[in-house]
Amino acid sequence: MDGSAPMIPVSLRLTATALDRLMPMYLAVDAAGVITGAGVTMARLYPDRPLIGQSLFQLFDLRRFGVITTMAALQACLGQRLLLTPRDGGADLRGLAVPLAGDDGLLLNLSFGIGVIDAVRSHGLTNADFAPTDLAIELMYMVEAKSVISAELERVHSGLRGAKSAAEQRAMTDTLTGLGNRRALDAGLTEIVARRRPFALMHLDLDFFKSVNDRFGHAAGDHVLACVATVLRGATRDGDLVTRVGGDEFVLVLPNPPDAKALLRIATRIIQGLEVPIPFEGQVCEISGSIGIATPQHFDRGDVAALQAVADAALYASKRAGRKRATLAPDPGRGLR
Amino acid sequence: MMHGLVNRGVECFLRDSFGPALWRDVAADAQFGADSFDSMSRYDQGVTEALIDAAAQRLARSREQVLEDFGTYLASHATVEPVRRLLRFGGADFMDFLLSVEDLHGRSRLAVPEIDVPHLALSEDEPDVYLLACRSTFAGAGHVMAGLLRAMADDYGALVFLEHRGQYDGAEWLRVHVAAARFAAGRHFDLGQSAVAGGVA
Repeated sequence: MDGSAPMIPVSLRLTATALDRLMPMYLAVDAAGVITGAGVTMARLYPDRPLIGQSLFQLFDLRRFGVITTMAALQACLGQRLLLTPRDGGADLRGLAVPLAGDDGLLLNLSFGIGVIDAVRSHGLTNADFAPTDLAIELMYMVEAKSVISAELERVHSGLRGAKSAAEQRAMTDTLTGLGNRRALDAGLTEIVARRRPFALMHLDLDFFKSVNDRFGHAAGDHVLACVATVLRGATRDGDLVTRVGGDEFVLVLPNPPDAKALLRIATRIIQGLEVPIPFEGQVCEISGSIGIATPQHFDRGDVAALQAVADAALYASKRAGRKRATLAPDPGRGLR
Repeated sequence: MMHGLVNRGVECFLRDSFGPALWRDVAADAQFGADSFDSMSRYDQGVTEALIDAAAQRLARSREQVLEDFGTYLASHATVEPVRRLLRFGGADFMDFLLSVEDLHGRSRLAVPEIDVPHLALSEDEPDVYLLACRSTFAGAGHVMAGLLRAMADDYGALVFLEHRGQYDGAEWLRVHVAAARFAAGRHFDLGQSAVAGGVA
């Protein structure tokens, strides 16, 4: 024998047991297409009836580019990728057929392909049903590991999202009164302008607050501010934005506001609320407030700063007229701007 | 560096096994400045060391014991059930699983590329007795593996005697005596039933 020529056996003989371990999803068919042997895992797909003796073409729809219904057609695509759809409705299989040496039969090796996860589930397969060389278990491992990690990412993410919105909430809140702060006012105005909703603006400045602070101390002042917040919340609707923008300065944004007269009534009610004496540690604190009101008529072309200036001017008018009152900004139609 | 998932695992172990109060005490003792680990961040390994030391102090047991209990927890507690499931992918029975532990490092990195899982090498010492070399940057990782393997033996229903033989040649050595690979029924495992409910706690 020539030492340089590789020794290629003409044919290999395997026992059925060995074949089972190598490819537990094999099918052997004779020249007529009748199944003469089936791997253990293949047999598990058909627990109710033996595969041996059945016709391959009655058990499966075989396809490559076209439908394969005869052994002659199957012989024409030996070694090539085949698709098998079980006629009883199971998951699709893929595989290939090769000739068997010594007779006219064929050997088919099949696999679940990407459908392995569903197949494992519906047939209750275990690690032992796959050859150690088969990567099916690794594929399932990867899918499961990936969902574990996604679930963990989702948990972390929702935690961060919650923390972020809580931090945003804190950043927009005046800690003393729980009302919005100037940042909340700016954000609220930006949003309402972007949505093109009509709104009114009230600018409130407390009267005699400084004397409460001077006479009774800062603790009394803080208590009074908290009471003011309660009054403002009580006099406004749910969708209104109430903010504290300075020591004793407040701005209210009222979307879809009522008419000017009703706005004036709301402002008057606020002032009456502020004037209710506030007891604090045996003393009684008395304040009032001055308000300037700008209505949607004062707002043109998205100029928020101009609108705030209008409310500011009306507030100044209230102060000049002796405080403890609300003033509507004059109708823009009649000039003054 | 230590992956946040590992630290998060230690946190869940302490909280689930000994209660939230102990976890808070340990976290404070270890000067860990938050109430929970971010499982997607990486931390200095010193954080994990401090945590284990503080837990050992509080629980009045050795550091090795705490690490082994952590390993047992990983493979058996309901909170981290996905870990047990992923481990069970290693093999149909305990012998196959034991053979697959060398893949543990690679498999873990398939799922989480930066995670620090020990390198394991298995060799047969005498019939039914195996030596497992465990190499890790974390001293005591072998004790975690010991706890984990014990729990997995129970899971498969195998009768296994396992001891940590100390350190030699840069590795921690475990001696695994498989007295009976199929001793009891073991816990149920359904390959296809991947019910991922909440991830790792």
